[in-house]
Amino acid sequence: MRLRLNINGETREADGVWEGESLLYVLRERLGFPGSKNACEQGECGSCSVYLDGVLVCSCLVLAGQAEGREVVTVEGIAEGEELHPVQRAFVEAGGVQCGFCTPGLIVATHDLLGRNPDPTDAEIREALAGNLCRCTGYEKILDAVRLAAERMS
Amino acid sequence: MMIEQTEPATPTRERPDAPVTTPGKVGEHTERADGVPKVKGEFEYSSDLWMDGMLWGATLRSPHPHANIWSIDTAEAEEMPGVQAVLTHEDVPGRKVYGMEVPDQPVLAWERVRYQGEAVAIVAADHPETARRALEKISVQYEVLDPLTDPEEAMKEDAPRLHLSGNVLKRINILHGDVAEASASADVVVSGEYEVGMQDQAFLGPESGLAVPDGQGGVDLYISTQWLHLDRDQVADSLGLDPEQVRLTLSGVGGAFGGREDLSMQIHACLLALETGRPVKMAYNREESFFGHVHRHPAKMRYEHGATRDGELLYVKARLVFDGGAYASSSIAVCTNAATFACGPYEVPNARIESHMLYTNNPPCGAMRGFGAVQVCFAHEAQMDKLANELGMDPLELRIKNAVRPGIRFPFGQEVPPPAPVRVILERVGDMPLPEEEEVMGRDLRRLPGGVSNVTHGEGVRRGVGYAVGYKNIGFSAGFDDYSTARVTLSIEEGEPLVRIHTAAAEVGQGLITVEAQIARTELGVERVAVLQADTRVGSAGSTSASRQTYMTGAAVKQACEQVRARIFQKVREEYADEDLAIEDGDIVSGGESVVSLAELLGGEEIEETVEFHHRETEPLDERGQGNAHLQFAFAAHRAVVEVDTELGLVRVVEVATAQDVGKAMNPQALEGQIEGGIAQGLGLALLEEIQIKEGKIQNASFTDYLIPTILDMPSVRAEILELADPEAPYGLKGAGEPPTIASTPAIVAALRDATGRELARVPVKPEQIVGIAEKPPSEPPQPGSRGYSGIGHLDEREEH
Repeated sequence: MRLRLNINGETREADGVWEGESLLYVLRERLGFPGSKNACEQGECGSCSVYLDGVLVCSCLVLAGQAEGREVVTVEGIAEGEELHPVQRAFVEAGGVQCGFCTPGLIVATHDLLGRNPDPTDAEIREALAGNLCRCTGYEKILDAVRLAAERMS
Repeated sequence: MMIEQTEPATPTRERPDAPVTTPGKVGEHTERADGVPKVKGEFEYSSDLWMDGMLWGATLRSPHPHANIWSIDTAEAEEMPGVQAVLTHEDVPGRKVYGMEVPDQPVLAWERVRYQGEAVAIVAADHPETARRALEKISVQYEVLDPLTDPEEAMKEDAPRLHLSGNVLKRINILHGDVAEASASADVVVSGEYEVGMQDQAFLGPESGLAVPDGQGGVDLYISTQWLHLDRDQVADSLGLDPEQVRLTLSGVGGAFGGREDLSMQIHACLLALETGRPVKMAYNREESFFGHVHRHPAKMRYEHGATRDGELLYVKARLVFDGGAYASSSIAVCTNAATFACGPYEVPNARIESHMLYTNNPPCGAMRGFGAVQVCFAHEAQMDKLANELGMDPLELRIKNAVRPGIRFPFGQEVPPPAPVRVILERVGDMPLPEEEEVMGRDLRRLPGGVSNVTHGEGVRRGVGYAVGYKNIGFSAGFDDYSTARVTLSIEEGEPLVRIHTAAAEVGQGLITVEAQIARTELGVERVAVLQADTRVGSAGSTSASRQTYMTGAAVKQACEQVRARIFQKVREEYADEDLAIEDGDIVSGGESVVSLAELLGGEEIEETVEFHHRETEPLDERGQGNAHLQFAFAAHRAVVEVDTELGLVRVVEVATAQDVGKAMNPQALEGQIEGGIAQGLGLALLEEIQIKEGKIQNASFTDYLIPTILDMPSVRAEILELADPEAPYGLKGAGEPPTIASTPAIVAALRDATGRELARVPVKPEQIVGIAEKPPSEPPQPGSRGYSGIGHLDEREEH
């Protein structure tokens, strides 16, 4: 099938898409957006998190066909031009990145959290990011990064 | 064959420019060199690799833990549109087996399969789904055999032999002093049986890579791994090629933790690429990843400790039995490690340790962070608490009283080298303030054990505090010639000095490339440093294992920089000055005065030095288990505070405090990240993580059923970092990655015992043990009910058409 959707503000098309392909697969393998990650492909780890029409989703659980005509924002669309978004800057500075495989998902999920709640408590941060697994950091520096980003964005 | 040729005939992929980073010297907070591309989603991991015309590889795996193979028919699969190759063991041109210590694992199985998930055939097709469907068209005739799944059974004389060499993979006995005499004079004796379940590394980046044929019979492999050269040698052997014809380049690695020491899809992807003449990508999904790498060894450990009435340890007897699974992996080294660390970092005058490693039909086990030290630490620390209880002594005081100190000998005969601050780190965790007790009733539900899904409001919640200490060898041991290679080049680019560092050392997320650059800035007084992509164009760096890379590759980079600096000073002496030379901010300084800039001194000249750093020789253990087996020891102590809902068996870890001696904090923030992340994996083993196996079959190969800690499970960490220099090590540093994972598990379980009064002799501790329904989980774990999971045993017989 042919797929047409808007990714990070631009219209994109993919041809020859098999109906069983996920949005994650199409982003990564057909459209050149490998930033969203494939850690579990079953909606448990959050590494593939993207916005679909402004709603945070696991792109591995969205069939590509469901994204037809809709707006997708991936981790590649978070930065403001050449400048890092404050969430991205905070993750680098606070040490919230190690192997980095969970990072794209956490960037998008944190961006979503701070968009809804600019001044979250620790309990709210933990609740909001509970769907994003990280195996390297023990999450302490991720909490630091979210707090730092919230402070700078307020 | 063109053995001298090390460059591919056609550059198969463009080599990326190494980013230039600034600033940050040794000991200074330094932002990680790959941080920005990682937060932008631009960092290229091995599963992101893509090339025009590439094919997808897939693997057919055995659904049976133990079976004879009577036939494999690939005809129907080969005829499918889109399928480009279907290969079996007959198509492996070189050595048909591989393995790091013992080459006993088939590249593709023939005659027999020994574990569920063993690779039997591989396919390349133009779409991953086509490849998966082709797997279903391969017909394998199995004769299913009874699996041998209990290591104790495997030890018996009449057990079926899984390998020609028998079922005993390794046995180590450590005999130290006179245990019989000591046990006669002990005032107090405690004994126990302890068990550790099978933990998974659960790195997030799945096994993946891209193999690209070079058109001349050789192949380029872009891969996530822990040791490029060991992969290369094994791949070349099985392809029947010279090592020079197989070139490996490190791709982005999404975590490792030991799980990438063994080969996974490396040989398979290269076989398919050479067969089809096209690039082939393979990427496991999460379920396949559980079958695609080795796990932490499950262990059963029987211990007896004897002591005097005033708490002086007299002897330790231990019998350790490890399930190595179907193939050897690094089990021999794990067996040795466990034996040497079995008594803990204590002065034990008499010891008798037996460590057994068995082949079974369970999944192969091998390296995971802590490597043999984790299992025994859980047992010896439980024993220390039991002994303290028996003596009516404070558990911390008992540990401090018996802590090793420099000059005495470990039970395996090696003298304890300085510094060995076991007493100090125990005192430090003991002195740290405890987190304030928070009123349970009326609390925000998110801060109760079990969180918002808890059904109590805290009526049965009890608090507990526990301590543990552990230690680990750093670097490869027991006579292994362990080395790393670094090439350092200093040149002037755009009028400014630039240092290039080239090694084959795998950055797996721990921050090694950042440390390499810090070392160069420190040694060469130059701000701009570029660390080249690791590949096999430079000599081996050894493995990113055993907490060794900052020590080993760090030392190689440091020495190469020193040699570059010596050559610069030689030039300066010839032309300018010879007193008290230093390089500061790109200028040569003599006696505090600038004499010439590096830019002027070098002009267009490049200064390059390559160093191979070997660490001090170690010895294998002798037949009594004695020898100077290890290079360096790193120690960490932990204190855990938990809240337990004693009615529901739910746990909230309130805080983990730790004191760890690292010799030198090379990059403090990255070090804290290692400590916090290592503790999270220790917490996982204490409370959540176990690969459940029933009759040799994995029951929970998903992140739905194999639980790793989330941000809700992990408490804040209070860390005190000691920098007591090791005089032998570069900058005095000690490996730091593994110690956090060793004693954190027993500290958490000690806190659970403190809260519940229960024995809790097995990890992970399950709710039913906490509430006292069972000391152990049922021997037949409940069968997960959904259709998806029942299919795990039938990887090649799914109904997803």
